[in-house]
Amino acid sequence: MRQHVLVLYLATSALDAPVVGWSRYDGTARTHPTTGDSDEPPYPTGLAALHDGWRLFQASQLLPPQPGHEYDVSFLKHEFLFEKLEDSP
Amino acid sequence: MSTSKQLLTSVEMARFVARGFLRLDGVVPPEINERAVAALEQGLPGVPYGTPLAEAFAPDTFVHDLLAVPAVAGAVESLVGPGPTVDHHAVHVREPHEGQAQPLHGDAIIDVRPDAFDIQLMYYPHEVTADMGGTLSVPGSHLRRINETDVGRVQNLRGQTRLTCPAGTVVVVHHGIWHSGRRNDTARRRYMFKLRLNPTVPQVRLWDLADLHDPAVNAELGAWLPWYEQATGRLEIYNRVLLWRALTGDDTFDVDHWVTRVSNRPALRSHA
Repeated sequence: MRQHVLVLYLATSALDAPVVGWSRYDGTARTHPTTGDSDEPPYPTGLAALHDGWRLFQASQLLPPQPGHEYDVSFLKHEFLFEKLEDSP
Repeated sequence: MSTSKQLLTSVEMARFVARGFLRLDGVVPPEINERAVAALEQGLPGVPYGTPLAEAFAPDTFVHDLLAVPAVAGAVESLVGPGPTVDHHAVHVREPHEGQAQPLHGDAIIDVRPDAFDIQLMYYPHEVTADMGGTLSVPGSHLRRINETDVGRVQNLRGQTRLTCPAGTVVVVHHGIWHSGRRNDTARRRYMFKLRLNPTVPQVRLWDLADLHDPAVNAELGAWLPWYEQATGRLEIYNRVLLWRALTGDDTFDVDHWVTRVSNRPALRSHA
């Protein structure tokens, strides 16, 4: 079995929130997604990815800000990782 | 071409504070572009860190003439003031069909300065088409504190800019902007000359202030960008207000009360 991995960054911590960022990795090596290769997300929401058969295997924890760093901004927080499995060639 | 200094307006400065970049499309004359391509193919000698910009590049070099283009000179002076020093420069090449983009990154190391910033000039001496792997940048990412390639996991963001531009384009970016050299799918090398400048004066009111109170300034600073999360997007506006206060010296400035309400600490019986 080979794994396709899809990472969706959502507008809130809810799985049905809009997609604001995305990454893909292809364990079959048939495609080679890379930085900046598309302007349109593959799905409008995280839920839409579930509807298309992707299996969610990780969502970011909700972590309160560190005291004194409440207004700092850094990585996108609401990261959801999905997989689809495909038979080995 | 005008030879007078072309300082940025307040609206343009506010757009830079909100988005982290400024595009100057096709401002460099063809003669300089041709010399630049020839020079970049040969490589450029290094400049020691901290060299005053005025002393860094000889008068017969393309870089000297590039920096004298009024739109470029005006943008540099508006953003980092007179007498900046050279941090470093580099010739960036995206090779033909190299198959992979750079990971998304910020340059140098994590930078926590709240009231100062470096700029980087990205100069494209030849036309950049969509399949040549023009620089990917993420408008509004410059205030998000990341360390170099830690954000490389993220491949695409809504509203990202996949640069295409005519020859002679200069993009001036805040040092913190997330960016990457995209995959070049053509048979031609793509060149970009990068020059990082450090300010030597406080970056306060260095631009053309005639429109400082134009409502468009607030509109620029309050602009919502497509990739912002709902909650953190509000923090972006908060942080832009802090930077605008630093750049204008006006510690009462605000956009929609974002900073004022969370810093309001009336003293007990202060009304007595």
